[in-house]
Amino acid sequence: MILVLVEPGREGAAETSQEALTFARGLAESANTGPLHAVLVGPLPPGSESAYVSQLGQQGVAVLHHAQDDLLSSYSAAAWAASVVDATTATAALVVVASGTPRGNEILAHVATRLDVRMAANVVAVDDVSPLTVSRQVMGGAALEEMAFDTSPAVLTVAGHATEPAAAAQPTSPEVVPLAPTLSDADLVARVARSEAAPVDHTAALTGARVVVGAGRGVGSAEGFDELLELAKLLGGVLGVSRVVTSLGWRPHHEQVGQTGSRVSPDVYIACGISGAIQHWAGISSAKTILAINTDPDAPMVTKAHYAVIGDLHEVVPAINEELRRRLA
Amino acid sequence: MTNVLVCIKRVPETSGQILLSEDSQTIDARHVGYTVSPHEECAVELAIQVAKATGGEATVLTVGSSDALAQLRDAIAVGCTGAVLVEAPVDSLGPADVAAAITTVVQDHEAAGSAYELVLVGNDAADTGDFQVGVRLAYRLGRPVVTGVSTVEVSGQTVVARGDGPDGTEVFELPLPAVVAVQEGGIEPRYPSIPGRMKAKRTPVEMRVSEVEPVGSGRVRLKLPPQQPSNVEILGEGAAAAPAVVDLLVRAGVVSR
Repeated sequence: MILVLVEPGREGAAETSQEALTFARGLAESANTGPLHAVLVGPLPPGSESAYVSQLGQQGVAVLHHAQDDLLSSYSAAAWAASVVDATTATAALVVVASGTPRGNEILAHVATRLDVRMAANVVAVDDVSPLTVSRQVMGGAALEEMAFDTSPAVLTVAGHATEPAAAAQPTSPEVVPLAPTLSDADLVARVARSEAAPVDHTAALTGARVVVGAGRGVGSAEGFDELLELAKLLGGVLGVSRVVTSLGWRPHHEQVGQTGSRVSPDVYIACGISGAIQHWAGISSAKTILAINTDPDAPMVTKAHYAVIGDLHEVVPAINEELRRRLA
Repeated sequence: MTNVLVCIKRVPETSGQILLSEDSQTIDARHVGYTVSPHEECAVELAIQVAKATGGEATVLTVGSSDALAQLRDAIAVGCTGAVLVEAPVDSLGPADVAAAITTVVQDHEAAGSAYELVLVGNDAADTGDFQVGVRLAYRLGRPVVTGVSTVEVSGQTVVARGDGPDGTEVFELPLPAVVAVQEGGIEPRYPSIPGRMKAKRTPVEMRVSEVEPVGSGRVRLKLPPQQPSNVEILGEGAAAAPAVVDLLVRAGVVSR
């Protein structure tokens, strides 16, 4: 039996959790481990349980364990892990899976520690089922590590956007089983005391855009985005940025595209000054046409793109804008 | 007064071309050099800030080869006042082993009268990306832990940690002693000064040898992802390529006229 931790998203389960479910279903089929179980921790928005049940049914989940307790009103990794461990024990799960999100990695690190077993973070493939051997991203995705589990259950997270979420051939009607987790005071010490920034969700514009203008380190500074925003505007598109751009504080996190950001699938993706790390490709690989603008003809962004312009984005983009304005006039 | 222990790891530069060793067990970094991950540079900066603000000391620790002295000296040069090197064959250690090695140091120092109220680690190592050392360390020490933290402040016996959650910035308030795993992005690490570099050469480093019986990482081997042949069509160079770009955008149907 394989147990998958499901994280809440905008509408029901997060996209990354659906990827993890698809990955787990593939593993369950090849390792012949029987039906898929899911675990959800904490309260859901009123009336949303049915959305989860129908989504998880699409993924072929047989049983949804829903951990509920007044003490789960705000997030604490230890309390979430205690709930997952209880579900693991109750189901005698052989594999515990989550998505490789910050939450997924944090909770499963607690789970693996509590169970005193190994954990594999950011898994992209199963190499063997006996003993379970997986390939996972190391060196920031530039290399893979083949890792074998010699402890049970196997605890692993699935690298974001490395698996395409797909519906099961046989949809199910998951049975919802309430779970009352055993929580200690220590599990509640490190819980969220408050949230500061108002949760504004701007990512919908990005994930649905027909044109995304991507921006990376090559932009050079927080002040360097005007021409890129202008290009996005001329094409009726939006700006998306690489992780380094948000890390440096040049643009807000909700604009981030890639493994730890949004996944986009526009008709055209224009990558400006982006080197093209594997984590970034995870967010853009389903774009129909990819155009790279980069000074380095050997950058992975350029060699893997469909089209490229070699040059400084601060010269190329203004020229494109001018040409567009001329033709649109 | 808060004494802080900050744990760093010497890792190969990840930006260049990756080469594997002949036995595929490790990265051959002879031509690219070594560094400390951005997460840990930020952790060092936060350790120094907390120590300064509370009148405590920031001590830097690494588990690895003696070559990691260079990375410890970099941390001393920016303001850490003590350093510990736990010599161990780092490629044969897993995250549980590293946590065990750090635990021994924390407990030994506490027994000798210098306790660390706050232990900072990087959120995930730039090379192995395990996401576990901070959590495993916290359970061994019996302390609360938060990961993915971008800033920390200590106020009395409480550490206030902020990080990005799914619904905006989340604030955690943990009683000390605690463990915090730091993610880059909340602060700008400082650069070493010339006097800092001089001091780093003179500051003694406590050298230890790991006595942990390693459980290892489960690594079978490393491999490189398959290289796809490039099919890129170069539209041109510099501003002169603009008409060809617009032609492409028209063909793709994203220019309305």
